Amino acid sequence: MTQAQDIEIRDAAARTAAAVEELQDVQGEKMVLNLGPSHPATHGVLRIVLELDGEVITKADPDVGYLHRGDEKIAENMTYTQFIPYTDRLDYLAPLANNVAYALAVEKLLGIHDKLPPRCQYIRVMCCELARISAHLLGLGAFGMDTGAITIFLLTFTEREKIYNLAEAASGARLTTSYTRIGGLMRDIPPTWCAQVKQFCDEFEVALAEVETLLTRNRIWVDRLKDVGVVSKAMAIDYGLSGPNLRGSGVDWDLRKKQPYLCYKELEFDIPIGSVGDCYDRYLVRQEEMRQSVRILRQCLQKIPGGWTNDAKEPVSMADGKITLPSKQKVLSSMEELIHQFMLVTEGVNCPPGEVYFGHENPKGELGFYINSRGGGTPYRLKIRAPSFVNLSILGELLPGCMISDVPVVLGSLDFVMGESDR
Amino acid sequence: MTALEFANKIKAKFGDLISEPTEFRGEISINLSDAEKIFDVCQFAKSIGLDYLVDICSVDDYGNDPRWTVVYHLRNIVNAVEIRVKTAVSEEKSELPSVLPVWRTANWHERETYDLMGIRFNGHPDLRRILMWEGYPYHPLRKDFPLAGKPTDLPEVAFTKVTPMEGGPFVTLPAKNDAIAREPRVRVPEGAEPGLSDKRLVKK
Repeated sequence: MTQAQDIEIRDAAARTAAAVEELQDVQGEKMVLNLGPSHPATHGVLRIVLELDGEVITKADPDVGYLHRGDEKIAENMTYTQFIPYTDRLDYLAPLANNVAYALAVEKLLGIHDKLPPRCQYIRVMCCELARISAHLLGLGAFGMDTGAITIFLLTFTEREKIYNLAEAASGARLTTSYTRIGGLMRDIPPTWCAQVKQFCDEFEVALAEVETLLTRNRIWVDRLKDVGVVSKAMAIDYGLSGPNLRGSGVDWDLRKKQPYLCYKELEFDIPIGSVGDCYDRYLVRQEEMRQSVRILRQCLQKIPGGWTNDAKEPVSMADGKITLPSKQKVLSSMEELIHQFMLVTEGVNCPPGEVYFGHENPKGELGFYINSRGGGTPYRLKIRAPSFVNLSILGELLPGCMISDVPVVLGSLDFVMGESDR
Repeated sequence: MTALEFANKIKAKFGDLISEPTEFRGEISINLSDAEKIFDVCQFAKSIGLDYLVDICSVDDYGNDPRWTVVYHLRNIVNAVEIRVKTAVSEEKSELPSVLPVWRTANWHERETYDLMGIRFNGHPDLRRILMWEGYPYHPLRKDFPLAGKPTDLPEVAFTKVTPMEGGPFVTLPAKNDAIAREPRVRVPEGAEPGLSDKRLVKK
């Protein structure tokens, strides 16, 4: 240890020289910073080990898995229908979209995905778009908050609340919706639901415009986002990015357009794509996607078979007794329906042997289910291709070269959710 | 170009190593008989336009030989078509070449497959566990791994005892208290008998 007297003897010039030398030593030294797993800017339990040179990141090692629950293992041990509640908990910001994605994957295995009742298809599309708005709103709110724009969070959460109310009216639950069933829906939407959706669309457009005026040309916001975390087109494809992150880099890819499912073919909407691939582009793409979702919702409200109140009693589930549950009254009064109900509940939907992959355009990207079936009511292997997991793998390459203050911006613009990433 | 044409192109290049393309629900699958060639197949597939790797996953065909099947989903972005390439790996070997040099997204997919299924990828520079913690001794997606888990006695990990689910995944235990005691927000209608174990409600 240096003695106090030693320092006193030195003259000022020598002290400065020593300080400069010391500083140079420090500059050459790397510092390791552990970000997370419990950090507000990581939006969940993501841990990133950063190696810093001053304020510049030289190496980043994302560490995921803190929320691993073994969903794929669990799926192998239950019937297809029993797994639906687990899909709520993947991307818990858009449970309705996960429900639809999973149901469609099983229906593809059954070969009935294009035979769904039209009303069911429209309701599912509306659910997906509401979920997209809800997920983007949370992503945007948290993104704004991380960069110091707390007002945005309050505005977006006011709108999200309305979507929760809509989810509650449709499914009975705000978060763990489990709204879909194999071959249809849990139940029809209540008669007032469409009017509520219309009211939401009207109010939401105003709120979105307000967010837009607060952010899009805001000098601080633009300065922090532009040219930060640039992902080139080739890099985005190489890393398998999907959803708004892929489109932000200028790749024209949207499963709703490229491999249309449900009734997306009958609806008009545009796919926004970015030009630079920076955080600002990804922000703009999400903004426009929300506007397009409202456009889809309005078209659905016009076209929905059976109308808003469904006086004609259009079915929302397939009438196939081997796939969907019969009505309770039929179960109690008819032998055949009783047998169907018993078989469906005890053994599950009897799926043929084979394997399918179904990719669904979820708010975060492509949520894919690969189902390997050996026949019977349980999957032999169910693999969840989680968009957040794949999108996060780019961090190791994207963060080096950024400043430490860019980390929340890059994380916010990638918009991931750990429940889905870790499964 | 359709998915079948892509599959036939790969078959034309690699001949007998690739099986006849099969179709199920509009999806084209091909089988590669020699897993050692997966890198070459993927590199060739990328060069003919299958430039997007959607997913890598594995299936445990427990009790059969070869035990593992590794499944690759490849996509052509321009034509929006996908094909599935499958290759079998024996349990003794449990190793096949990494396709990380072809697609960097393979990095995490291969780490996950290694972590949960225990298949190693030759040439992967950083084959660590990803979802389970470093030092975890098992590969939980294997069919011979029980759903309830196995006891692990590792220091400084979250749980080291057998999970309470052992003996069956869906066992519910009878609760000690009645619903009123368990649910503090529950309202008891006036005149109704309060829950047996609930002392809060009987106070006057």
